[in-house]
Amino acid sequence: MASPASRPMTADDRSARDPGFLVRARDMGVRRGERWIVRHVDLDVVRGQMVCIIGANGAGKTTCMKAALGLIEISEGSIDRVQSLEVGYVPQRLPFSPTLPLSVRRLMTLTRGFAASEIDAALAAVGLERLGDPPLTTLSGGELQRLLLARALVHRPDLLVLDEPDQGVDLAGAELLFRLVEKIRGDLGCGVLLVSHNLRKAVDIFDDIVVLVPHEHDKRLSDIEERLKASRRNNVALE
Amino acid sequence: MLDDFFSRALIAGIGLALVTGPAGCFVVWRRLAYFGETIAHSALLGVALAILLDIDLLFGIFACAFAVVLLMYHLERRDTLPADTILGLLCHGSLAVGLVMLAFFPNVRINLHGLLFGDILGVSPVDLLVVWVGGAVALGVLWWIWRPLLAATVNVDLAAVAGMRPDRTRLVFGFLVAAVIAVAIKIVGVLLIVAMLVIPAATVRRFSASPEKMAVAATAVGVASVVGGLFASAEFDTPSGPSIVVAALAMFSVTRFVRPNRA
Repeated sequence: MASPASRPMTADDRSARDPGFLVRARDMGVRRGERWIVRHVDLDVVRGQMVCIIGANGAGKTTCMKAALGLIEISEGSIDRVQSLEVGYVPQRLPFSPTLPLSVRRLMTLTRGFAASEIDAALAAVGLERLGDPPLTTLSGGELQRLLLARALVHRPDLLVLDEPDQGVDLAGAELLFRLVEKIRGDLGCGVLLVSHNLRKAVDIFDDIVVLVPHEHDKRLSDIEERLKASRRNNVALE
Repeated sequence: MLDDFFSRALIAGIGLALVTGPAGCFVVWRRLAYFGETIAHSALLGVALAILLDIDLLFGIFACAFAVVLLMYHLERRDTLPADTILGLLCHGSLAVGLVMLAFFPNVRINLHGLLFGDILGVSPVDLLVVWVGGAVALGVLWWIWRPLLAATVNVDLAAVAGMRPDRTRLVFGFLVAAVIAVAIKIVGVLLIVAMLVIPAATVRRFSASPEKMAVAATAVGVASVVGGLFASAEFDTPSGPSIVVAALAMFSVTRFVRPNRA
C-alpha cells in the first residue's frame, strides 16, 4: 500500500496514511466455538480522544480490546489500524514467574532499548522518579500499575491502551490514575483506549464510551419481548 | 589432549554447560521442566526409530524431539487438555512405545544404561565436534531471540503489541531446547539432563539482579558442576553423569546458607 518515497506525496497518499482514526472496528465479533464472546461492536479511536470500553464481567471487554489491537483473530466484521501504529499497552497485571529477576529499569527496556534520559522522563511522568531500581517483586500494586504505564509511555505511543487499570487499586488510586492518563493524553496527543467497569468515572472523563452487553442479555431481552407479545395476545384473547 | 578420554569428557561437559546455563534459565522462568523431561524421554523412541530405519541414532533422537515439540505446540493451541496432561501423555507414551519397539530387535545391542544415565567418558572426537558446533549454533539462536523470548516470558501480549511474534519465538525456543537435550543425552543421559538445565538456574536465582546476570551465573555454576563432578567421579570411582548432577546439587544446597546481597 505504501507509495514509493521518490514520488511526491499526493492528497490521496496522505489520506491513506492518516485516515482520521487510529483504530476502527465495524460490526466486529469474536466467537469461541459456538459462543460469541463479543458481537456487533463498532469502535473508533481518534488521536487525542479517550475511548472507554465498559461492560459487566464476562461481557467481553478484554476480548474486544485485544481484537482491536490484533492480538486475537476476529470471526466477523472488520478492524482497520493506521499503518505502523505505535501502541503503548498497559496490561492489567504482570503475573510472570518470580524466578525471573526483573528490576524497574530493566522492565522499561523489555521490548526495545531506550536511553537512560528517556526512561527517567517516563518514570517522572508517572511520579516514580524517586523509586530507584528495585526488583519488581518489592513494588506495591499501585506502583506496579504506574510503572507499567511508564513502560508504555517510553515508547511515545500513538495509542495508549489500558486493561482495567482501576482493578485492584483503591478509589483514590483509581482517581489519580485516570487523571494521570488524561494528562498524558494532553501531553502526547495520543489516543486512549481504556477498559473499565466504572461507568460513573467513564462518563466524567471520556470522549466516547463503548458499552458491551453480554450476549445472553440480548437473548433475554428478546425472550421478554416475545413473552410480552404473547401475553398481550393472550390478553386480547381473554378480552 | 583429545586422545585422552578424561579431557574429552571435560571439554564435552563444559561445552554443554555453556548452553544449558542460559537455556536452563528460560526453562525455569517459563516453567518448562516437564517439557524438558518429555523431550528427553522421547529420545528412547528416537533411538528405536533410528534402529528400525537404520539411520544414525543422534538423527533419530533429533527427529523425535522436534516432532514432540511440534505436536506439543499444536496440541497446546487447541487447549482442550491442560499442558501438563499433554506432556504426561507424550513423555511416558513415547518412552513406552520406544521400549516396546526395541523389544522387537533382540539382536540389536543398545547401551540402555548409557542412554539413561549418559556416557560422558565415552565421547568421541566427533561427539565433541557435535557438542561444540551445536552449542555455538544454539547460543547464537538464543542470542538472536533473547529479547522477544524474554518479553514473551514476562507477558505474551506485551511482546505481541511490540510487533514481536511470541508464538514463533516459543516454537524456536522449543526446537532449541530439543536440540540441546538431544545432544546432551550422550553426556548426562535421558534421566539427568533436566537437572543440568534446572539446578544451575535455581542455584543462582537469589543472587541475580537481572535476567542476563542470572544466565551468566547459571553458566558458571554449570561449568563448575561439570569440572567438580568429573574430577570427583575419577577420584571416588563413581558414575560420571550422576556425579555431575550431585556436584550441581551440592552447590545449590551450600548456597542456600549464603545470604544474598539483595533480595
